[in-house]
Amino acid sequence: MSSEFTKLFELIISASLINNFVFTRFLGLCIFFGVSKKMETAVGMSITFTAVMMVSAAISWVVFTQLLVPLEITFLEIIVFIGIIAGLVQLSDTIMRKVSPGLYYKLGIYLALISTNCIILAVPLINAGEKYTFIQSLAFGLGSGLGFALALIIMASIREKLELADVPAPFRGLPMAFVVTGLIALAFTGFSGLITL
Amino acid sequence: MSSQSNTNLKELFLNGIVKENTIFKLALSLCPSIAVTNNLKNGVFMGLAVLFVQVMVNLTISLMRKFIQPKVRLPIFMLVISGWVTVTQLMMAAFVPDVYGKVGLYIALIVAFASILARAEMFASKNSVIPSIVDGLGMGVGFLFALTVISFFRELVGKGSLWGNVIVNTKPLLILILPAGGFFAVGILMALFNWINTRYAAKGVHASH
Repeated sequence: MSSEFTKLFELIISASLINNFVFTRFLGLCIFFGVSKKMETAVGMSITFTAVMMVSAAISWVVFTQLLVPLEITFLEIIVFIGIIAGLVQLSDTIMRKVSPGLYYKLGIYLALISTNCIILAVPLINAGEKYTFIQSLAFGLGSGLGFALALIIMASIREKLELADVPAPFRGLPMAFVVTGLIALAFTGFSGLITL
Repeated sequence: MSSQSNTNLKELFLNGIVKENTIFKLALSLCPSIAVTNNLKNGVFMGLAVLFVQVMVNLTISLMRKFIQPKVRLPIFMLVISGWVTVTQLMMAAFVPDVYGKVGLYIALIVAFASILARAEMFASKNSVIPSIVDGLGMGVGFLFALTVISFFRELVGKGSLWGNVIVNTKPLLILILPAGGFFAVGILMALFNWINTRYAAKGVHASH
């Protein structure tokens, strides 16, 4: 029983720190560079993202194991997962608008950004590939969301200061953001021996 | 009339490589550009995969454009893109399994490429077949070019080899193969591209006087 929990804990640590989705796997970069300019947007996106991530991990796990595997049509996973994510985003858009317009006003735009993005598709794909159990998939989704949140918040705090710095002309804007991300990624490499899985 | 459409096609093709180069200018679809470019072979094959998907998607959407209902066009685009990506995935798994083993996940993620979806929406759904194919070729070649340049740089300086063959025997700059180095490499190359562009634009203005 305790080894179950250890495995879950390891998954969360691994997804958020050791194999951080942004700094080690290079996923979600478009959102990352687009949203990390201000702390406010970074936090908003992190919350929306982790929520969508966990729900889509759950639903796609169910569909994959109960439908695709028994029918042996696993090669359709890409199409199916995209469909699930698109449907989920549309659904949460509608629900949020009706149930809590205030929340929608703050976080609604991020939903649209998430819908077709590599990082949200990556979690169900990795879950399917690694054959995680349901709880493990949830843990993985949570860890990846936390890792993404960490990346966004670190980046936002740096970029707010970077706005005031004197950057050479060709580097201004995105190239400099890349170099800064490289430095952070370098720091994250330090996590690589943290847990021997 | 045909010479005019010929120059238009040529401009269309070059557009995807220079003016609207997906990675260096538009900064779209960045995820794979860092992930797979730590050696030349993977980078080139990823670029070829994207080129294939881009051209086939543009072709398919352009053929279907008269039948697509505007309200459901986005799901239809996604379906077409997913289909072609699955085809590419299966072909790569069959023909180049060693490359597929490393870049498999990122091939699947081509589905989420904003650039392919944007091209289908902005161009292929409104233009006939030949221009759509040329547009797809231009964008795809631009992407392939960018990936090739990045992975060339990273493998040569980071490992001292190219396509697995050792070229330089001195100690390489290992950091470039690591994830962090990927970010550095793209940032530097982007800045280089910007610099070349501004110089080129300045020369263009000067020449027209």
